[in-house]
Amino acid sequence: MRMETTDETLAQAAANGDREAFSLLLARNYDRLFGLCFRLTGARADAEDLTQDICAALPAKLGGYKRQAQFSTWLYRVAVNAAHDRRRRHATHARAADGWGDWEVNRVATNKETQDGVDWLTQAMSSLSIELRDTLALTLEDEMTHRKAGEVLGVSEGTISWRMAEVKKHLRVMHQEEQKA
Amino acid sequence: MTDDLTHLKDAMRAATPKPSKKDADLALAMKNFDDMQNSRQGSANGARLTTDHPTITSRFTSGVIHMFHSLTTRGALAATTSITAVGIGVFLYAQQGNIRFELPKPDAVVAELPVNTPVLHDQVEALIEQSSVDETTATAQTDTRRTRETAELSQEEGFAAGAIAAPEAEADMVMAEIAPSAPPAFIRKAAPVPMGGITSGALGYDDVVIHPEPNTEKFANADANPVKITTDTPVSTFSIDVDTASYSVMRSSLMNGYAPDPQSVRIEEMINYFPYDYPAPDANEAPFKPTVTVFPTPWNAGTQLVHIGIQGTMPALEDRPPLNLVFLIDTSGSMASPNKLPLLIQSFRLMLSELHDEDEVSIVTYAGSAGQVLKPTKVSNKIAIMAALMRLDAGGSTAGQQGLQQAYAVAEEMRSDGEISRIILATDGDFNVGISNPDQLKDFIAKKRDSGTYLSVLGFGRGNLDDATMQALAQNGNGQAAYIDTLSEAQKVLVDQLGGTLFPIANDVKIQVEFNPAQIAEYRLIGYETRALAREDFNNDTVDAGEIGAGHSVTAIYEITPVGSDAILNDALRYQPAADTDGNGELGLLKLRYKTPGEDVSQLLTTLITSGMGQATDDIRFSAAIAGYGQLLSGGKYLQDWSYNELITLANETKGEDAYGYRSEAIKLMRLAKSLSAE
Repeated sequence: MRMETTDETLAQAAANGDREAFSLLLARNYDRLFGLCFRLTGARADAEDLTQDICAALPAKLGGYKRQAQFSTWLYRVAVNAAHDRRRRHATHARAADGWGDWEVNRVATNKETQDGVDWLTQAMSSLSIELRDTLALTLEDEMTHRKAGEVLGVSEGTISWRMAEVKKHLRVMHQEEQKA
Repeated sequence: MTDDLTHLKDAMRAATPKPSKKDADLALAMKNFDDMQNSRQGSANGARLTTDHPTITSRFTSGVIHMFHSLTTRGALAATTSITAVGIGVFLYAQQGNIRFELPKPDAVVAELPVNTPVLHDQVEALIEQSSVDETTATAQTDTRRTRETAELSQEEGFAAGAIAAPEAEADMVMAEIAPSAPPAFIRKAAPVPMGGITSGALGYDDVVIHPEPNTEKFANADANPVKITTDTPVSTFSIDVDTASYSVMRSSLMNGYAPDPQSVRIEEMINYFPYDYPAPDANEAPFKPTVTVFPTPWNAGTQLVHIGIQGTMPALEDRPPLNLVFLIDTSGSMASPNKLPLLIQSFRLMLSELHDEDEVSIVTYAGSAGQVLKPTKVSNKIAIMAALMRLDAGGSTAGQQGLQQAYAVAEEMRSDGEISRIILATDGDFNVGISNPDQLKDFIAKKRDSGTYLSVLGFGRGNLDDATMQALAQNGNGQAAYIDTLSEAQKVLVDQLGGTLFPIANDVKIQVEFNPAQIAEYRLIGYETRALAREDFNNDTVDAGEIGAGHSVTAIYEITPVGSDAILNDALRYQPAADTDGNGELGLLKLRYKTPGEDVSQLLTTLITSGMGQATDDIRFSAAIAGYGQLLSGGKYLQDWSYNELITLANETKGEDAYGYRSEAIKLMRLAKSLSAE
């Protein structure tokens, strides 16, 4: 029965203290959330941390969920904000040493990754500006429309479309350079 | 393109969460959920959520106390009324008031929000709304505003940070708010982005070395001038060019250990970098004098060089008219590195010592918004100018055009009769706001040029240098483009050759050479690709061309192939008669057009080019060596076997007295280029 309940109803119930609803809601959305975190951070280690942070905070956050919003939109907004904050903390924490630390972390992470293309991906994404990167991370999901991505990021649909055009331009240049090399 | 996206998408799919991690995360979430439910049942106070913050209670209370202390009676009255009126809403209000005084961790606020608050939330908003209307005292008003800001912050951005961040220092939050535009360090440095050759000898933690973006330099250039057949195109027309930027760019590339981008090599700018001692005009002649020399080509026994050396007159600098200078300085964030803004400031300080007391200086900066930092100030007040220079600070994005508009406005304001106005634009070439299209910028400057204000462009720093825009600006602003990479280059451009940089003696100088097909089968102009003019433009006074400054020397070199030489590249045509040779020895006619500054009508100078004319002095042969060097750097299509070895020998033989050491430096660079090209 419950499986047919919408995420929105579940979220409302969970906000009211329904334990089962919360559990189901999270189980349904976990993989998608992780996928987004991965796209936002570009590295498995970071994605795992970020997902964990969000999971830990979600119970408290559900209090801010309003029924008008689609649950996934809301969840994505939470994730994007969390990713932002994570980056900021990263940036402020240790401006000097951090660069090399990350370089090392990335190198190790890259070695661990065996999946095809993840290296290219990390490179492609981290060469984008933050806005473009968030936009790309969101829109890469199949059912994500530009309108919905706009809702998540708090910008207009047109802005998303424009940003995606920028991303494509950027990727094309990168691709051409790769081919040359 | 879509392939790229698909590629990315597939890569993304490869990322699935590890089952163990997923279970752990879900368990953690459930635990937190339970904790929160329990705490809600236990008390109406949500503060238990944050038991890892032991100071929460004390801070809460002290915040409330603080608030009441700083509220005036009326504000307090309003607040207390609200307390009785809205119960729990006041609880929140008080807590958020707390933020105003202590800047506590934003997570505290978030975590204390009772869980089920959509309705409550609205109440708080309403309360805040209401009290901000009510308030009559400034203090209370400020408090409320801040409270509102904080409340909004905690709903949006800070919300996520709050609950997740655990005990982060407040400073983090503040920092994050201040510098959201700065790319986080980990993104900047994580990926091995192709660096486009920006490297430096010492590896250290330094933005100059670890360059975040791909190299975005753009160079203005065209394909090398091809060999022309004299019978087809007997006339060659171009504008003179006194820029030197290409040489400095080449030097900075080589000094950093990589061969310069062939696109960045403009041979005429390399040749014109050096001062030559061509015969100067006499007092009553034209402001400059051409000297033509014909001598054998170093790299091709079958051809000859026609060397045209133009020397500008050097008026006595003591008698020069007063100068109005507007320094238009790019203070965008990208100018922060040591070889940009700090070098610029030092360069201008050097120049200041060369100016006269009655000259006037004004400083306009642009970054985000344009602003005048120094009103027109006489150079006699050096201290004020220095102080203004020292205050310059890099930050913000670049709005080149707004700055230009303001600089032109200032220059117009400063102008009076008999004075020379010039804007000196110093930038790393990045015009990323406003008109970013070089063509549109050109139009704007071309319009302003007619108002009589000159524009020179000084380029600083590499990696972002938009050479094309710099060229466009200087060419259209009747000025000069120079690239400053070291303090000694600043010395050369702004001190040693200050006269040439600042005082024009001839405007719109055009060169046209008509070759005699009876003597010359083929010819080729070395360099000046970006300065080519149409044949009919020569006599058209509305067509803009280059300027010559006081004391400048300008060199143009043609490589010519005499009729009958075995070095002719094009076969004779079967259906066209070969040109008859004549015996008069005239190789061609050199025509020069120029305008004296302030005049609209050009004047004409002509000189016959005859076989074997002139004396190939060391100066002239050195300039030929540089022409060869430039060709080596840009591909050397016409050089046959001539290589760096021959080049270095020739340059060494001809470097002469070399008072400033420029030529010795050039030879060092040739040796570097030789080693790099051997790889």
